[in-house]
Amino acid sequence: MQFFNEFTQTIINGVAIGCIYGMVALGFVLIYKSTEVINFAQGELLMLGAFIAYSLITMLHFPYWLALITTILAMGIVGALLERVVLRPLVGEPAYAIVIVTIGISYFIKSVVSMIPGWGTDTYGFKTPFTDKYVRSGELVVSWEYISIIAIALLLIAAVFLFFRYSRMGTAMRATSQNQLAAVYMGISVTRVFSLTWTIAAALGGIGGILLAPITFVHMNMGFIGLKAVPAAVLGGFTSPPGAIVGGLIIGITESLAGVYLPDGWKDIAAWIILIGVLIIRPQGLFGIQEKKKV
Amino acid sequence: MAFFQAQDISISFGGVQALNRVNFTVNQGEIFSIIGPNGAGKTTIFNCINRFYDLTGGVFLLEGKSISHAKPHDIADLGIARTFQNIELFKNMTVLDNLILGRHRKRRSNIFTEMLFIKPVRLQEIRSREKAEEIIDFLDLEAHRDQLVVNLPYGVQKTVELGRALAMEPTLLLLDEPTSGLNMEESEDLAFWLSDMKEELGITVIMVEHNMRFVKQTTDRVLAIDFGQAIVEGETNEVLTNPDVMRAYLGEENVCNA
Repeated sequence: MQFFNEFTQTIINGVAIGCIYGMVALGFVLIYKSTEVINFAQGELLMLGAFIAYSLITMLHFPYWLALITTILAMGIVGALLERVVLRPLVGEPAYAIVIVTIGISYFIKSVVSMIPGWGTDTYGFKTPFTDKYVRSGELVVSWEYISIIAIALLLIAAVFLFFRYSRMGTAMRATSQNQLAAVYMGISVTRVFSLTWTIAAALGGIGGILLAPITFVHMNMGFIGLKAVPAAVLGGFTSPPGAIVGGLIIGITESLAGVYLPDGWKDIAAWIILIGVLIIRPQGLFGIQEKKKV
Repeated sequence: MAFFQAQDISISFGGVQALNRVNFTVNQGEIFSIIGPNGAGKTTIFNCINRFYDLTGGVFLLEGKSISHAKPHDIADLGIARTFQNIELFKNMTVLDNLILGRHRKRRSNIFTEMLFIKPVRLQEIRSREKAEEIIDFLDLEAHRDQLVVNLPYGVQKTVELGRALAMEPTLLLLDEPTSGLNMEESEDLAFWLSDMKEELGITVIMVEHNMRFVKQTTDRVLAIDFGQAIVEGETNEVLTNPDVMRAYLGEENVCNA
């Protein structure tokens, strides 16, 4: 029984972290699918989102839900601005050049955060309506914090998927990722699609930050979690949005299990071991489509 | 007034003059063909109309108005649709989704009106689906309606591309080598659809085509070009039997021997 309770808690923690990895990975995948660029600033967008939420809640005394929505909107604007100011002038440049620019953006965001009074290099925390609340069922104790992370993440992920599946603009965005030229002929503005892609990806990163904050606290190096989302995205095939979520969950759960049942140190490399293992068996990732050239 | 007109259009890439002061006029409701040897500049004309290239000189007039300043994605709004030599479909989407994407500019909505699914959005959605079904009917695509385009044979993909262009409810349709890769039967179907589109929908068609039998069968008027220069423009039979056109196609000696 003792084992069962511990195991269940470990899995729930893993799913919660996995949902956050999945959201950040979804941001990677969306940008990669529409622009063929890997955005290495995705982790810093998460960090920025966490800091914005922290300020809104502790300095401006916003209620949690209002802070959540405001942060999502603010991060959307940050994404749109990045696209407009930094990335749009680079359209048509080689992908590697743009990837390097995203690394530059990540350092830039980090520096700016470290210079802002009240933010800087310290570690902060904020209270959510779920802090220090637990569900008990017999011996099993689960923190509301983790349940809320899973619920909010799944809700928002579902919203993103519905948007892409059913809305006019979402359909246009899927079309653009498949064939840019044809999309233009259909009257789809590709610049608008790119701008919207960055908006959504940044908002997803920001939400990841708010949700992660109660677990890891708010600090300048939160962006490193973005590095964990890369194997999540690769695991899923890098071009598959559902793959990103599944990849995130696999990495989150593995990490959580490794943290509890394996010796110290395994937790941090678990994600990478899984990644290498899967890629040996399925080089295209779990949900990836292997491109075969027809001759 | 002419429906569509090219006036002195020129474009050069580096030192190559791809089009040199070409003129032609297309009347409302006619099927107009552009013919010429490979590399003559036929597809370049289409790419200029679509604003993928900037003309270095001259202008295209649609119903008397210049279209040379529109953005590429605004060309669809002017009622100009197009198909491609090498098929440019959304391959991992179904036939129906491809047709509905042709309706993108016919629908006006944003994320909020869509979430509320207000009446105008509902009506647009219904209208789009009706139009797509009409086209599926018209082009005999019923059997492939919900299949992914990538799994369809080449000839069917070409038909889907034509369908997607029709979904845009164009007034001017540009077809780039519509019969290339089609078998005899599929070409016959296409000729039949073209005449229907002309008679019933009143769509004006400009096509680039190499299959002279097909051109003869379907086309009202023809422009022949070679090395970026217009050779002759006129009635189909007149152009196809023109000695200069035959020379451009067959080479000097063959004409002498013929």
